[in-house]
Amino acid sequence: MTTKQMGVFQRPANMVGAINATLAQEMDRDKDVVILGEDVGRDGGVFRVTEGLQKRFGPGRVMDTPLAELGIVGASVGMAIYGLRPVAEIQFMGFIYAAIEQIFSHASRMRSRSRGRFTCPLVIRTPYGIGIKAPELHSESAEALFCHMPGIKVVVPSSPYNAKGLLASAIRDDDPVIFLEPSRLYRAIKSDVPDEEYLLPLGKGEVYQEGKDLTIVAWGAMLHKAAEAADGFDAEIIDLQTLKPFDEELILSSVKKTGRLVVAHEATTLCGLGAEIAAFVSEAAFGYMKAPVMRVAGYEAVTPMARLEDDFNPGIERIKRAYELVMEY
Amino acid sequence: MTSVATIDTDLSTETLIALLTSMLRIRMFEERIVALYPEQEMKCPVHLCIGQEAIASGVCANLEVKDYVFSNHRGHGHAIAKGADFRPLMAEFYGKKTGCSAGKGGSMHIIDLPRGVFGTSAIVGGGIPMGVGAALASSLKRDGRVTIIFFGDGASEEGVFYESFNFAALKKLPVVFVCENNLYATNSPQTARHSTCRIADSAAVFGSHGACIDGNDAVSVYWSAKKAVEKARAGQGPSLIEALTYRWKGHVGPEADHEKGLRPKDELFEWIKRCPIEGFKKQLLDTGLLNEERIADITTSIKVEIDDAIEFAKMSQYPSPEDLLKNVYFTPDGGI
Repeated sequence: MTTKQMGVFQRPANMVGAINATLAQEMDRDKDVVILGEDVGRDGGVFRVTEGLQKRFGPGRVMDTPLAELGIVGASVGMAIYGLRPVAEIQFMGFIYAAIEQIFSHASRMRSRSRGRFTCPLVIRTPYGIGIKAPELHSESAEALFCHMPGIKVVVPSSPYNAKGLLASAIRDDDPVIFLEPSRLYRAIKSDVPDEEYLLPLGKGEVYQEGKDLTIVAWGAMLHKAAEAADGFDAEIIDLQTLKPFDEELILSSVKKTGRLVVAHEATTLCGLGAEIAAFVSEAAFGYMKAPVMRVAGYEAVTPMARLEDDFNPGIERIKRAYELVMEY
Repeated sequence: MTSVATIDTDLSTETLIALLTSMLRIRMFEERIVALYPEQEMKCPVHLCIGQEAIASGVCANLEVKDYVFSNHRGHGHAIAKGADFRPLMAEFYGKKTGCSAGKGGSMHIIDLPRGVFGTSAIVGGGIPMGVGAALASSLKRDGRVTIIFFGDGASEEGVFYESFNFAALKKLPVVFVCENNLYATNSPQTARHSTCRIADSAAVFGSHGACIDGNDAVSVYWSAKKAVEKARAGQGPSLIEALTYRWKGHVGPEADHEKGLRPKDELFEWIKRCPIEGFKKQLLDTGLLNEERIADITTSIKVEIDDAIEFAKMSQYPSPEDLLKNVYFTPDGGI
C-alpha cells in the first residue's frame, strides 16, 4: 500500500469509515449535497456507510427512499438539474440495472440535450464486485456497461485513502459519476486517511508499484490480487482509479517502458474494460510491445455462490500464469 | 362525454382570452409544421398535439414563470403554453445550431430554462421521476415552486409512474401529475392495454386526489389544475389529473391515422366536433367577450411570430462536425 503523507492529522481508517467521513465533509462544505437511497438514513445503510449522517444532517439531507431504484435515480437526476448535488446509494451493484434507464437515457445526456446549460452533478455510489460471499446480483462487476455510455464517468477506489480523495472529487464534479465501492475492501484494509480534505483528480491513475519488465493495470479489489501475484516479477502496477475516462497517458508511458501489459479485472472478459485498454495500447504503442496484451478476467458466467467464487474470479495462480505467458512470449 | 366548453363567469375576460390565445399559439404552430413538413427540410420526427391543446393551456395558465414543467415526446404544446420562445423550438426542428438542443436533439428534446421548461425525451415516463426530483429539491429549498409533469396514458403503464407518485405522496411534494389520456399509445387503444380505464383512480392508492376531467374543455382543465397547483404550493402534496382528449394526427408525423387505416375515421370526426378551440371561441363570440376583429388580431400576431421563427430557423447554421463532441462532458466554456 502506498500511503500519502498529508498533514499531521491522520488516522488509520477502513474504506467504510473513509467514505462516511468524506460524505460528512462534503455535506458540511456544500449545503446542496444531499444523500438518498434505501435504508441510508435511519438505518445507516446495508454496509453502514451512511451511519450517523441522518442524525447529523437531518432527514431532509439524508433521505430514506421507497424501494424503487429507477425512482431514486430519476429523482436524483431531477435534483441534479435543479442545482443540487445528490449522492444516491444503490444497495448492490446488481440492483442498479433497474435504474439504468434514467442513467443511460437521461443523466448521461442532459448536458448534450440542453446545449450544455444543464449540468448533472450526480453521484451514484454502489458496492461492487465479489467480496461478501453473496451470489449473482450482490457481486456484480458491470463497470464496462457504464464506461460504454458517453456522458458518464466511472470511478473505483482501491484504498480508504483514495476512496476519500476520489469521492470528494466525484461529488464536486459537474458530470454524473458512477462510484463503485469494492465490497471486498470495505473493511479488509486500513490506510492512513488525513482528517483534512484533499482531492484526487478524476481521470488520473496512479503508479501503485514501479517496475521495468511488465505493466499491470488493475483497479478496485483486483489491484491487491494483481499485486500479490506480481511477487517475483519486476512489474509496474497501475491503479487505474478512474475507469472512464481512463488515464491513457499513464498507461502509455508505462508500456513504452516495459513493452508488456496484463490487464486484470473481475468482470467478464468479453467486452470488459480490459478489451478497450488492450485495443488502445495496440493502436497507440504497437511498436513498443514485446508481447501481445493479455487479459485475465472473469468467465462468461453468472457470479456463483461462495463455493465456486474463487473459480470464477481470477485467483493468484491464474493471474501469475498470465504474467508468465507475457514474459515468456 | 360532452365537450361543449362552458364559459365560466368566475373567470376574468383576461384569463379567458389568454386561454384562447395560448391554445391558438399551439394549434397554429403545429399546423405550420404540418404545412412545412412536406418540404423535407425538417428532418426530424414530430409528435403533434393538435386536438389536445386545452390541457397544456389550461394547466399552464395557473403557473408562474419560476414553476417547472417536465414533458414528453409530444411536448411542443406544453413548452409553448409555458411560454417557450418559438425561435429555438423551430430551429431545433430544422436541426440548426440555434435550436434549443443545438440541433442535436430535435423535436423530442425541448428545453427552455428561463421559462422553466425542464425537458422532454423519447422515453415514455422518463420525465416523471425527474419531475419528482425537481419538486423534492423545491421542497428542500422551500422555493415556492410547483412542478407539473405531463405524461400520456401510455406512461401510466410504466412502473416508474407508480414509484414516482408514491415518493411524491410520501414526501408531500409540490408536484402535479397531468395525464393526457388521448386513448391511444402509438396505435393501441387504452382498452387493449389497461385492466381498468380510470387512470385517475391510481392516486387514491397513495392517499392522494385524482380527478378525471374533460381535457378538451380549457375552463374545466383550468379549474382542476388551479386546485391542484394551489394544493401543491401549500405543501399539501401531489394530485393526479387525468384529462381525456384525442390526438388528431398520427402518433408521429403530420398525417392523420385514418389515412393509413390505423384508427377509424369516424372516431376522429367525432372528436373534431369536440375541438377544444372552436367551441370555446364560439362561446366567447356569443357572449360578446370577443369579436372577430380581436380574434383576427390575435391570430395575425401569432402568425407573425411563427413566420419570424421559421425565417430564423431556415437562416440559421447547421451544427459543424466539431460541435458533435461538445457538451458531452463539462467544459469551462459552459457549452454553446
